[in-house]
Formats: sequence, structure tokens, C-alpha cells
Amino acid sequence: MNLAQEVGLVAGKDLRIERRARVTLQQILPFGAIVLLLFAFALDPDRGVLRRVAPGLFWVAVLLAVLLAVSRAFTIETEHAARDGLRLSGLDPAAIFLGKAAAIAVQLVVLEALLAAGVVLLFDVSLSSIGPLVLATLAATVGLAATGTLYGVLAVGLRMRETLVPVLLLPVVSPVLLGATRAWEAAIDGAPSDAWPWVGVLSVFAVLAVGAGMLAFGPLLEEA
Amino acid sequence: MQPVVRLRSIVCLLGRFPALAGLDLDAAAGEVVLLSGGNGAGKTTLLRLIAGLVAVHSGEAEVLGRDLTRDRRSHRRELALVGHESACYDDLTTRENVDFAVRAAGASPDVAADALEQLGLAPLADVAHGRLSTGQRRRLALAIALARGPKLLLLDEPHAGLDAEGRAVLDEVLAAASEDGRTVLLASHELDRTRALATREVVLTAGRAHGSLAAEPQPEPARQ
Repeated sequence: MNLAQEVGLVAGKDLRIERRARVTLQQILPFGAIVLLLFAFALDPDRGVLRRVAPGLFWVAVLLAVLLAVSRAFTIETEHAARDGLRLSGLDPAAIFLGKAAAIAVQLVVLEALLAAGVVLLFDVSLSSIGPLVLATLAATVGLAATGTLYGVLAVGLRMRETLVPVLLLPVVSPVLLGATRAWEAAIDGAPSDAWPWVGVLSVFAVLAVGAGMLAFGPLLEEA
Repeated sequence: MQPVVRLRSIVCLLGRFPALAGLDLDAAAGEVVLLSGGNGAGKTTLLRLIAGLVAVHSGEAEVLGRDLTRDRRSHRRELALVGHESACYDDLTTRENVDFAVRAAGASPDVAADALEQLGLAPLADVAHGRLSTGQRRRLALAIALARGPKLLLLDEPHAGLDAEGRAVLDEVLAAASEDGRTVLLASHELDRTRALATREVVLTAGRAHGSLAAEPQPEPARQ
């Protein structure tokens, strides 16, 4: 098998498990929706506050969902010593990394689409510049999934991984939160030219995260 | 003939504890080596070290022609380890777990069905791993190991949790593996049963091997 086939094998396995367990739809999505709803109640909807902060709230909700998705992606590898099976499988560690990150990214895209619909309905936001908005979202999703996968494997063997992953991951992905929020603000304000530089920043972050993950995942999987 | 496993003065530390302390061992193709010894003697660590799952701290370790002190990954596709847990995923069916392992190892998908048939798991092919009994999970782990077509089979207490039928199937599998020229290293406390299957017994005490340490030329299987 070549790298692409190995990536497909790992991603297919993780997505099949997710389809059966439905953790994204039944636990992570409601969690993200509750976060949005709580902010909607907490902030004053009459003065346009919600519309202004909608991009930031959306990405905070996505970021919290990433933590749950990453935790879930590595919980399945700790049960029944499946991680040993993965290490002995003969698969290229880079392919395991890309496959697991791809599976998380697919789940995030579904989640983001549903949460974005929630933002439009709840916060009275119109998404005018779809092109940069979609590209920024995809680049941010790849960056978050890749970084989450890398930090997920780092903490996989630790008892305190549920608390350690957020502490390690959130500071690292803060540029994604910033860039994606700015890109969304520009898209919502109908100023796509302001969004493109942020799309560039998010794309660079995504490329760096994927590259670092392909290099570091193997050693981390061995030592975790 | 070059031994499949050649270990000299192996030291393996688990934390600061020397799980293996100056161990020597050879195993040739077609041998079934029984590893016996009390709890904490180092049997499981030895199997995991040969599989490349734990690092060699000092000594010489050559498995399937690879020097494990330099590279403990590339030989993994040619071996299979059945440990205390199944290394399977609860939300995948029996068939899907075998298919994943077989495809990851680069073996033909056709062998997955044969392995399930051989271990008596064909009627459970579409049952999720999470719904299998302990004994059925042991059989599944063994089916996966065989389906990968390994040159070296590492078995850690393989009879544990198996019913009488499962034990009989396992004995047949071990006999067939030896006849096929596969090397089997078998850690067990069930000495009456496994001595009859083994060509040689090595006793481990406090991380050191005693008894017949070297592979004997043209070993004759001693079976009932």
C-alpha cells in the first residue's frame, strides 16, 4: 500500500467507528450548540453585540469541540491496547497521523457546517463573502485537526490526558482562533479583501502543523 | 542458519526497574520456544522487546535480521504479537477488525475470512468486538495474528480465557505454525499443556533466562 492508501485505511477506520458510536453528533455537536446558546443568553441580543462577537463565539465553540474530538480519537486507541496493534500494524506513522487528522477534520467540517447554521439563525448573521469564509474555515480546520492529533498522541499514555491536552493545545492553536475569527469578521462585514491575508496565515499554519505532525507523530507514538 | 531471534546480554528497564537483566536467547525458524517463569520474571517484557514495543537499554538484539538497538519498527510487519488484550476496536465487527489488520500488514484480504474460519469465528463475523466474550476476543486476536502471515509469532498466555474447544484450536494452530516454518515464542503458566507443544523451554527468573538458551539444530517438535 502507498501512503495515500494507508491514510485512507486509518481515516476510514476512525470514521467508521465514529459513525457507529455517533459521539460527534450526539455529544460534541450538542455541546457546541449549548456553548452558542449560553453566549446568546449571556450577551445582549438587542444591541448587535451578538452579531459582532459571532465569529469569535463560533470559533471558541469549534475549539472546545476539537478538544473533545481529539480526546475521543485517542481514547479508542487506548481501549484494549489498540495502540499496540496500531504500532505493530506496519503502517507508516506519517500515514497514521494523516489518517487520524483527516478523520478529525471530516468530523469538524460537519460540526462547523451545523454550528454555522446555528450562528446564522441565532445571531442574525449573514455570510456574504462565501469564498474566503470557506477557505479560511478549511485551512483552520486542517490546522486544528493536525495540531490536535499531534498533541493527542503526546498525551495518549498519560492518566491526566483529559486535562493535559487542553492546557497544551489551546495556547498553540490561538493563532488559528485569531486568524479564523478575523477572516470570518471580514467575510461577515462584506470585506473579502481583509479576509485573504488571514486565509494566508491559516494556510501557513495548516501546512506547518501537517509537516510537523508527519515528522513527530512516529516518535511520539513510540514513546507515549 | 541465521537465528530468527538472537539476544545477547539484554537489559531492559521499565522506569528504573530492570525487567530484563542480562538475558541471552536464540530462536531458529520453525521452533516453538516456551518461556516459563513466575510472575514478574520478564516474560511479557521479553515478548514486547522482541516486537519492538519497548526499547533495548543495552545488549545486542537481532530479530528477523534487524538490529533492534538501531531500528525497532521495520521488522514489525513480519511478526505478530498476541498480548493480554485483543488490540481491537469495540465499534468494529470481528470481520472489520481482521480486515483492518490484514490490509495494514499488506496481506491479501482473502486470508481474513480463512483466519476467521480457522478460529471458529465465522458465525461471529458481523458481531461488534464490544459484544464478544473474553474467550472470543482471544480467538479474534489470534485470528488477526495468523491472518497477517507472520514469520515470528509472539504469544503471551494464549490459553488464558479460552474454553476447551478454543484451547484445542489453539494447539492445532501452534502445531501448524511450526510446520509452516514459523517461529513461535510462547509465554505461559500452563506448563503441562504448552510443554507438549514446545520444542524447547526457557525459564526466566528475575529477568534472566535459564535452561536451553540456544536454538538446537533441526529441532524435533515434542507433541502428544
